[in-house]
Amino acid sequence: MTATTPGAGAAGATPEGSPLLALEDVHVVLGGHGAPSARAVDGVHLQVRRGEIVALAGESGCGKTTLARTVLGLQRPTSGRVLVDGVELGTSRADLRAWRRRVQLVPQDPTGSLNPRRTVYEAVAEGLRIHRIPAETGRREDDLVAEALERAGLRPAERFVARYPAELSGGQRQRVLIAGALAVGPELLVADEPVSSLDASVRGTILALLLRLRDELGLSVLVVTHDLGLAWNIADRLAVMYLGRVVEAGPTEEVLADPQHPYTQALLSVVPETGRLEPVVLRGEPPDATAIPAGCRFHPRCPALAEGPAAGVDEHLAARCRGEALPLLPPSAGHTAACLLQAAKAEGPGNPAGAPDDG
Amino acid sequence: MTLLQVEDLHVTYRGGEGDVPAVRGVDLTVGAGEVVGLAGESGCGKSTLASTVLRLQPAGARVTGKVLLDDEDVLTMRWGRLRAVRWAAASVVFQGALHSLNPLQRVGDQIAEPMLLHEPGTTRGAAGRRAADLLERVGLPASRVRAYPHQLSGGQRQRVMIAMALACSPRLVVADEPTTALDVMVQAQVLDLLTGLVADLGLGLLLISHDLSVLGSTCDRVAVMYAGRIVETGPGRDLFTDARHPYAKALAAAFPTVGDPAGRRSPAGLPGDPPDPAALPTGCSFHPRCTVAVAACERRDPLLRPAGPGRSAACLLVGEDGGPLAAADGDVPEGLR
Repeated sequence: MTATTPGAGAAGATPEGSPLLALEDVHVVLGGHGAPSARAVDGVHLQVRRGEIVALAGESGCGKTTLARTVLGLQRPTSGRVLVDGVELGTSRADLRAWRRRVQLVPQDPTGSLNPRRTVYEAVAEGLRIHRIPAETGRREDDLVAEALERAGLRPAERFVARYPAELSGGQRQRVLIAGALAVGPELLVADEPVSSLDASVRGTILALLLRLRDELGLSVLVVTHDLGLAWNIADRLAVMYLGRVVEAGPTEEVLADPQHPYTQALLSVVPETGRLEPVVLRGEPPDATAIPAGCRFHPRCPALAEGPAAGVDEHLAARCRGEALPLLPPSAGHTAACLLQAAKAEGPGNPAGAPDDG
Repeated sequence: MTLLQVEDLHVTYRGGEGDVPAVRGVDLTVGAGEVVGLAGESGCGKSTLASTVLRLQPAGARVTGKVLLDDEDVLTMRWGRLRAVRWAAASVVFQGALHSLNPLQRVGDQIAEPMLLHEPGTTRGAAGRRAADLLERVGLPASRVRAYPHQLSGGQRQRVMIAMALACSPRLVVADEPTTALDVMVQAQVLDLLTGLVADLGLGLLLISHDLSVLGSTCDRVAVMYAGRIVETGPGRDLFTDARHPYAKALAAAFPTVGDPAGRRSPAGLPGDPPDPAALPTGCSFHPRCTVAVAACERRDPLLRPAGPGRSAACLLVGEDGGPLAAADGDVPEGLR
């Protein structure tokens, strides 16, 4: 398996070094209108480079789907910037339309996302028509549809074009949706739990397809998931999200081999059959984005904080966890985590955890 | 003590163009205090098997064999007796908690309903109090009896479904994909809850899932089903870490071990689709998708037989000690073990 280096793949007239997609301090506030407003995305830096697969992991309600919608141009950020090739994404219809051709969604539920009364051909051709690609490229629509189906692994395409979704297996339906996304020639795929509703036996073949598309077409992929095994299978980098913030990010190997944030540690420990960690089952549901706790947003559920001195958390440090707002994780390629306990540990034994010198 | 004993069960649906065998000769037991897993992909017959345990299979299905609940055959029971057995002796938690709850009724009333229907003499007040106790038992505040399903999260709704299954104190619970739509942390909570109930109440639990990693970490024993038959059985953990049947191996490999270099950037999938039950392949029904099949697999249909201590497998290439075996007319290829 060759890991495509950042910058390789489909090169455009890009300023060297600019990632394909960069989110800078993006906030999305939902609701209001009488209801309490939810800070669904609460300050996120995130980059996706060309030819890179980035996994965004977290529980239901952590804001990962809202963030994905923002990337797709379906949700306008309340504040912060979305940069494409280093240039801020405009908000005009023309700008969004141009961007929505370069980014395509692979939805979660292939069965619910396909119209049962339309053939595979119609499903794949829809995007081509919306973006008027046959007219623009001078290529026949049926050739483009067949090419996309074969790229998505439905070969030979003529066996599939006239079929209806009910005549396909779950895995084949997901391939039809991927073909529909590929047909318009995107640079970035946003895959929202692409395998969570599929059978175990199909899961690996769909993930292998995403890897192959990255290698063959230089596609970038942002995959939104709660499944750390999926990240291990395909992602170059992993960002773990909790209550609207990225709390840990870095190269997948580093984050999963040596998770720094207690939340990442807990998530990893409950992956069935991981075997090497004592399961830390967090109590309760992810808290509410309408009432984000002060201090570290994870502190009410933090197992290390609850353990106290045994986990190296003295009272001073605990008070900081409860009261001190953490800075956003910077957009860095390295392994970073937003955790005061970790920061205190990193200061080393010469400077005991939470020494009262930095108020 | 054996609570459930399924013997040579066959379930056949009548299709437009002939019979469709969904379950083709399954033997399975679940004892008190035991968690038994049933794994397999869509269409393998595992949900048909689950519904047949309480004779809930679709009308028109032809069923042969035995389903013994406490030594009493569910398939031949009188209607009145069957009605008494459902909920009180065994209950089912079906897939999809969102769709199984009535959106217009408070969850406390839904939990109380089976008590009122199945335990004559129970007053509304007593049933309501027990519903509140059950909610606490599954880790929700008793005050949630007044909640409507839409006010609960997916994990909470699944807890309500489990509370409902416990309403009439059954000794056997069948849970069909109880964690499939849930994310990992909530899945871990629900699995903890279920195994805790087994330990505390001495329930027998039949846990059905396509996710062998979940079953491997939860179950005492696991059976893997393919095309209506059990193709491998054994202790849960062994089946996940050291499966013998090529299909069970593929299912186990579908979920990588995080940190294991073998799965890094190389997701393992099983190409092809499960066979159409109305047109099963000759010989071993897995042979068209099997990466190690030999010529004999097209002709000979292997039955489940011993494959090492506590284990059995239905594969021509697995010997009685669980090791590889040369098929009658073909060499065992490299990579089987």
